[in-house]
Amino acid sequence: MLVTSALITGLGLGSMYGLLALGFHVTYAVSATVNFAQGSSMMLGAVFAYGFAVRLGWPLPLAAALALALCAAYGALVELVAVRPFARRGSNAWLMATVALGIVADNAVLFTFGKEPRGFSMPWAAGSFELFGIGISKLQLLIPVAGLALAGALHFFSRNSRSGKAMLAVVQNQEAARLMGINVPVAICAAYALSTVFAGAAGILIAPLFNVHSDMGTVFGLKAFAVAILGGITSAWGVMLAGLLFGVTEALITTLLGSTYTQILSFLLVIVALAAMPNGLFGRAEVKKV
Amino acid sequence: MIRRRTFLALALSLALPAAAQEPIRIGLVTALSGQSARAGEAITRGLTIAIDELNAAGGVLGRKFELLRRDDEATPAKGVIAARELVFKEKVAVLFGGLDTPVSIAIVPIMTEAKVPFMGPWAAGTPITKNGTNPNYVFRVSAVDEIVDRAMLQYAQKNFSTKKPGLILVNNPWGESNEKGLRAAMDAKGVKPAGIEKFEGNDVDVVPQLTRLKAAGADTLFLVGNVGPSAQVVKSLDRMGWKVPIVSHWGPAGGRFTELAGPSAPSVHFVQTYSFFGDQRPIGAKVLKMLMAKYSDIKGAGDVTPAVGVANAYDAMHLVALAISNASSTDGPKIREGFYRIGSHEGLIKRYNKPFTPDNHDAINENDYVWTQFIDHQILPVGMKK
Repeated sequence: MLVTSALITGLGLGSMYGLLALGFHVTYAVSATVNFAQGSSMMLGAVFAYGFAVRLGWPLPLAAALALALCAAYGALVELVAVRPFARRGSNAWLMATVALGIVADNAVLFTFGKEPRGFSMPWAAGSFELFGIGISKLQLLIPVAGLALAGALHFFSRNSRSGKAMLAVVQNQEAARLMGINVPVAICAAYALSTVFAGAAGILIAPLFNVHSDMGTVFGLKAFAVAILGGITSAWGVMLAGLLFGVTEALITTLLGSTYTQILSFLLVIVALAAMPNGLFGRAEVKKV
Repeated sequence: MIRRRTFLALALSLALPAAAQEPIRIGLVTALSGQSARAGEAITRGLTIAIDELNAAGGVLGRKFELLRRDDEATPAKGVIAARELVFKEKVAVLFGGLDTPVSIAIVPIMTEAKVPFMGPWAAGTPITKNGTNPNYVFRVSAVDEIVDRAMLQYAQKNFSTKKPGLILVNNPWGESNEKGLRAAMDAKGVKPAGIEKFEGNDVDVVPQLTRLKAAGADTLFLVGNVGPSAQVVKSLDRMGWKVPIVSHWGPAGGRFTELAGPSAPSVHFVQTYSFFGDQRPIGAKVLKMLMAKYSDIKGAGDVTPAVGVANAYDAMHLVALAISNASSTDGPKIREGFYRIGSHEGLIKRYNKPFTPDNHDAINENDYVWTQFIDHQILPVGMKK
C-alpha cells in the first residue's frame, strides 16, 4: 500500500516536472537558450485559467484554451524581449533577463490577481475512488495521462507537421535551415510559445491539487530545471522520463524513509547521476564540428 | 547678544510644547501580503481600534498614538530590515510583531540591542519570549506553542480518546518549536506518537507523509502549519479518503481556509484565544460595535476574521499604553519596567491581573483558549451552529 500510494503521487508530480522540463528542452534544442523563469509561466497558466473560469464564470475548456493562448503570447514575448536581443549579440545575458522578466510577471500578478492564494476546485476532478486498497482522486490519474499525452503530441507535431519539421531543421543546423528558406527567428519564437504552453498546461493541471498564487511556480521551476539537466536536455522523452523518475523518487523517499530526507536524498541522487552520466540519463554528448 | 538669547528662549518655548505633543509611534512588522495577508490586516484592525479608543481619551502622557506598518512578506530578512527602519529611523516606542515565528525570532536580537520593547500579538513560537536574553525586551499577548501543545493533547484525549497521535508539522522553526512542545506534552502523559512527519510550505501533495502516519496506526492528527500548508494536508487526506480527527494549532485561522481546503475544512478543530460569537461581555460588544462602525466590510461577528489577530492586538495595545503610562516615559528600558507594574486590566480576552512578571512575559495561558472550527467561511466555537 505504501509503495503504490507513493507511485501514484510520484507519477502525478513527476509528470508536472516533466512538462515544465519539456519546455526547457524545446527552446534549448532550437536555440541553445532557455526561459529560466519557467515557473512563472506555469503560474500564469493557472492564474489566467482561474481568472476566466472562476472570476468570469466561463466554461473550463474555454478558460483553459484561452489561458494557454495567452501563455503562448507570453512565451513569444519572453523570446522577443528577454532572449533575442542578447542571443543575437552572442551575449549570455538572456540568462538573467529571463529571470528578471519572470520576477516582473510574478509581481504583476501579485498586484493584479491579489496577495492571497485562492482555491481553484474542479468538481468533475474532485471525486476519489479506491484502487488496490488506496484512495485515488480522478485528477491524480488525469495529470500523468495529460502530461504524457502532451509529450506525445509534441513528438507527433515535430515529425508530421510542416512547422514541426521546420523546427527540427533549425535544431539540426540553423544555417542550412535558413538557406532552405526557413524563417529561423520565427521558429525560435514559436519554440518559446510552445514551451510556455507546456508550462501553462502544467499550472492548470496542478491548480486543483494546490492553490493559485503568484509564487506557486517558483519551486516547481527549480526542480524542473534539475529534471531537464538530469534527463539530458537534448532528449524530449528523456526529460519527460526524468521528470517521472524524480517525482517517484521524491515520493518513495518520503514514504519509505520519512520526509526529513526527501530533499537531501533526491538532490544528492541527481548529483550522483550527473557525475556518472554528465550528459544526463538520456542525453547525448554534443558534437561541435570546427 | 541679549536679543539673540531672547530669540533662542522664545524659539525653545515655542518648540517644547510642540515636541511634547508629538505622537508616540507604535511600529508593526507583519505579513501584509501573501498567504497570511488577512492575519496582518486583523492585527492592524485590532491595533487601530485600540489606538482610536486611547486617542479619543487623550492618549498617554498627553500624547496621542500613531501606527506605522511595514510588510515583512513572511520572510525573516525583510522583517529584519523593516524592524531596523522602524526602530532606528522612525524611533517607534514599541514594536509589534506579526504571525510568523521565524520573522519574530529574527527580530528579537535587534530589539534587545536597541533596548526597545517588542510585543507579539500573534506568533506563538516558545523561544520568542523565552529567548535567553537578559534583560528581556519581548512580551506577548498570544498563545504560546508549549502551552498550546499541552492543550492540543488534552483536547484530543478528551474529545477523540486519542491514544496514538500522528504529528504532521510544517518544516520551519514554528514546526520545530511545536515538535519540541508536543514531544514534552506526550512524554508527560506517557503517550507514544505513531510518527512525526514534516512537510514544506509549498508542497503540493502530502499523501506520502500521511500514508506513513496511517500505516503506523495514527488515530488522530496533530497539525501545525499556516493556512496554505494546512489546506494542502486536508486536501491530501481527502484524496486518500482517510477520515481522521484533526487537532490543529491555529494556522488555519489566517486566511481563506474553507476555500483552499475544500469541503473537509470543518473537520479541523483548532485553537483560538477569542471568538466574537456567542454571549459577549460588555467590552466584546463594544469592540465589535467599533469594528462595524470603522470597517464597512464588517457586518457582524463572522466578518471579524481571524478574530485572534484583532483580539490579541487590541488587548496588547492597551497593555502597552498602560506600560508607557507606568513608565511616564517612552524610553525603552523604562517601558519594559512599566510592563511589570501593570496591575488589573479589563481586557477583551480576559481580566488581566499582573499579566507580566520578570519570569513570565506571556499574558495568555491555557485557561484562555477557545476550540473552534470553520463552518462555511466563519470561525465558530466547536459545536456552535450559525
